[in-house]
Order: sequence, then structure tokens, then C-alpha cells
Amino acid sequence: MATKITPGESYGFFTDTSVCIGCKACEVACKEWNQLPEKEDELGFLGQSLDNTGELNGSNWRHVQFIDNVPDETMSAGNGSAFLLMSDVCKHCKHASCMDVCPTGAILRTEFDTVFIQEDVCNGCRNCIAACPYDVIDVNEEKNVAQKCTLCYDRLQGGMEPACAKACPTDSIQFGQLDELRDRAKKREATLHAQGLKEANLYGHDDKVYGGLNAFFLLMDKPEAYKLPNAANAVLPQRNNLGGYLGIFATAVLGLFGAVIARRQRNMGGGEEAAGASEGERP
Amino acid sequence: MTSLGAAQHFAGAPDWTWYILVYFFAAGLAGGSYFLATFLRYWGTPADEPLARLGFYVPLPATALGAVMLTLDLNQPLRFWHMVVNTTPGQFGLNFNTTTPMSVGVWALLVGSVFALVVFVGALARDGRIRHPLADRLTAFLEGSAGRAFNVVGTLLYVFIAAYTGVLLAVSNQPVWSDTWALGGLFLASGLSGSVALLLLLARFRRDAAPSRSFLEIGGRLFAALELLLLVVVLLTLIDDGTLDTALDLPWIPLWLLALAGMLPALRDLAVGGLRPTAGGAVAAVRAPAWAVPALVLVGVLALRAAFIFSGQA
Repeated sequence: MATKITPGESYGFFTDTSVCIGCKACEVACKEWNQLPEKEDELGFLGQSLDNTGELNGSNWRHVQFIDNVPDETMSAGNGSAFLLMSDVCKHCKHASCMDVCPTGAILRTEFDTVFIQEDVCNGCRNCIAACPYDVIDVNEEKNVAQKCTLCYDRLQGGMEPACAKACPTDSIQFGQLDELRDRAKKREATLHAQGLKEANLYGHDDKVYGGLNAFFLLMDKPEAYKLPNAANAVLPQRNNLGGYLGIFATAVLGLFGAVIARRQRNMGGGEEAAGASEGERP
Repeated sequence: MTSLGAAQHFAGAPDWTWYILVYFFAAGLAGGSYFLATFLRYWGTPADEPLARLGFYVPLPATALGAVMLTLDLNQPLRFWHMVVNTTPGQFGLNFNTTTPMSVGVWALLVGSVFALVVFVGALARDGRIRHPLADRLTAFLEGSAGRAFNVVGTLLYVFIAAYTGVLLAVSNQPVWSDTWALGGLFLASGLSGSVALLLLLARFRRDAAPSRSFLEIGGRLFAALELLLLVVVLLTLIDDGTLDTALDLPWIPLWLLALAGMLPALRDLAVGGLRPTAGGAVAAVRAPAWAVPALVLVGVLALRAAFIFSGQA
């Protein structure tokens, strides 16, 4: 059933990694709709399993991770292990690190509660890249500004769901109103637990990670396995502001103290000044 | 700093490289020089005035160099002014984002450059290189209590400029950078050490600055000790977060060694001579040319910043 999209409501993605088949239809749909350029080295063969996209960056706003969890040795029947697959994307964090550190105001929250980079405002300082804990943002080589998933802002404005969710053949990527998606995710997690898949866990559905993620996940392993920081490590860059500035203040006081001591010592040892002064002078 | 024993980092590198390194270096020297010049002019002896003027010559060109480097580093250099003016449709106004040191630092640079220009012109006027009624009035202003207050404000701004670059790195999710709160203090101490070295070098071209050499040498020892102390604090915080190995990885070892080599002469003088003024100090000890040790200190200041900038993005 198509989601009715209303400005002022919160929208996002629920990505159920347990049904991702790694077809990369989401990547293709994203690239086509957003007219994202090919990176110069993009047609290269990475040699990393079935993944030749490699990472999220300025021209790949969706990336299907192929996490090789398969043991090298032969396993007995029923004890094998499959690849972990996850279609990764910007998480549209409630407390977004990138927004926190953007000095130009280029990154803003839209009327659909998503995080959006204005390409005509961004000046390419790349502070957001250093801040994003998920390695989502990168410089788009064609536009020369920071870019990432917009959650298909233009499609939302037109009442259409994002291209990736529309293209996903297994409904691994589900788009919708956030509260509705969360309810759906909890039911799915309960179903998997009931089937004995105790490792299934939700990531970012509640406020433990950056106040909640608008693009949250059902994972089949620990978050770290998918390069997602766990709740204890999901910290904002601004945590270091106070300590950093206090460190400067303390150092400045000690520096001033040092200058005062140097002046006193110099004045006490004035007799040696001339010798010290003449040494090393240019003729 | 997360204090978890092993912080998880998945952030991508912002590719801040040579332009940023040069800016950090210039900012450290600008801040340290402004601080030393103000101290010597208002709390030194009259004989310190020539060196104070040398110090006041540094911030303006260093700031200009830094601003050019910062602009060149942008992917859209012509949009440098977006740092201070919000161009978001419907939200036209000034940008000032206190949660990011980049925004605070840009404003400090902008306002600080006015102070740097005033003290630069003031130093030229006092040295008799500018003869104009306005220059005389500026000199009179800087000599009075209002001038003292002006320079104290300028010093505070420039101390911030020397140091905030460390906080800028820390306010991120990069390994090494974000695992310590002490980088700002370390960059300030290093900027002070570097400024002492720079002024010692510049003083060689100005005979009347000779009476201040002892002050610089003793100050340099104390600033080097402070720098070493803060470096230890930074490394301890990295151990706490499990990223010391990243910082001390093989490619960066030469940079760390250079950074330490830059501190060693002053630390040696402190260990051998304490706080007594000595003729020559480490220079005499190693029979090196008089410019060699200050030059080594400056290389060390550069290497310290390079070690942090590059290791955090490896």
C-alpha cells in the first residue's frame, strides 16, 4: 500500500537485512533517479566478494555491503554461515553529527524530518565528512560539494516513495511514516526470534543511537559487524568542545605563568644578558 | 573521548592535508607571537619593545597565509564567504555555529585579522617606516591604557586561533583526533614554542632586540616542558581509547621523532641550566649555527601537527 506523504510528518527507511539478497537494485535505482556520476575508478574490480561499489560516497548513496561471514574451513551440514547483506544508506540521525559541525548551514532538516545537504550552499570544507560516524558523506566529484542520500527529497515532495525502496524486490528496504515503520520492525524482530534467530536485533529504532535513526535496521549480527558503532560508541563530535576549550584555557594560564617566570628569571640574571644577546647576531 | 578502552571509529577521512597543515602551523605562530609581543610590550622592560614589535609583525602575514590556505582547501573556494553568511533561501543572515570550532574559528580569524592589521601598522609606525598623522595617532592609542586593553583582547583572540585548531580536530568522529580533549592545549603550547623560535630567528636581523633573547630562551624551555607534558596527556588519552597504535603507526614515526627533536634542545637546556639565562644554551652545546636550533624547533612544530593530521586519517 502506497504511503501518503505529508510535510510535517517523520519519514524514513526500515531496512530488514534478513531478506536482502544483494541484487543491488537499490543502488541502480538511486543512481538513476539522482543522476549520480560514475566515479573514475568505479568500473574497477575490487576483488571483495560480490561488492564492487566498495563504499558509500558522493556518487553512491546506497551501498549493499557483502560481509563475508563464511568460514574458510568446510563445515558440517547445518553449521554453515551465510554472507551478511545490508543495503547501507544515510541514517538521517535525529541528532545528526554532520548538522552539528556544518559551518555554512548547508545541512538542514527538511519538512519530512530528513537530513538534507543544500548543494548550492555547501562550500566543500568537508567538516561533515570527519564528523559522520557512519562514513556516509563524501565529495561528489562532479559538483565538488559534500553529498549523500537525500531520502529522495524531490520524490517525497511529489508524493512518491524513494527510488531505492520502490525498486527493492524483497521489501528489505521499506519506506514509510516512522512510527508505523518502528511497529513493523518490532513485529518482524519478534517473528525472527520466535523462529530461533535470536541474533536478529534492531539498530537505531529507539533513541539509544543518535536520538534515533530515521533510517534504521534489523541486523543479523552485532552492529560492529556492519560498520555501525554500537550504542556506547554512538557519540556526537560536540562532546569534545567543552574539554577542548577548557584545555586551551588551562594551557593559556600555564603559558602566561611561564612568561611571568621567564621575565623574572631574565631580570634576575641581567648580568649575563649581554653575552647571550651578542651570540649569534649577524655581523 | 569515550573512555571505553577501545573506541569504535567508522568515520571517513576528510582529506585535510597540506593546506590545512600549513594553516595550523601559521595559526600557531600567529597566536604565539601575538601573545609574546603583548606580554613584552606591556609587562616587559622598555628594552623589550624592539622584540615586541618583531612579534607584532608576525600575526598579519601568518593570518593572511592561513586564510589563503583555508580557502584553497575548500572544494568550492569561491564560496569561502558561506562560512560567515548563510545563503540558505529564506534564512539570509550571519552564520555562527557554536557547536563547531570551525565556525567559531572563522569568526576569530575574521575579527582577529583587524587586530593583526592594527598592531602590524602600529609596529611599522613605531619603527618609523610609516610617517603619517594617522600612524602617530595609532601609536599614541596603542601606548595608552585603551591600547593595552585592545591588545589584551587581540591576544585572547590569537591565543584562541593558535589553539582551536586542535579542538577542531577533536570535534569529529575520527580516530586519534576525537579520542583526546587535550589537542587544543597541545597546539597552543607548541605554538608558543614555535613563536619563541621564530622570534629568536627574526631577532638575529635586529640588533636592538638582543636584550630580550634571555627571556625567549627561558620562556622557550618552559613552553617546551608544557608541550611535552601535554603530549604525554594526549598519548595517555589515546591509550585509554585504544588508538595509540594508530597514532604511532610506522609511517608517522619520523614525524613524531622530528616533533620530539624540536622539543629536545629547550628541554636539555632546562635540565642542564634550569631557569638561569645562559649564553648560547643548546646551540653552544652542539656547536651548531645560531639559526639551527630555532629552525629545528619550527620543523618540530610542523611535524607535530602533521603527525596528528595524517595519522588520524590513515
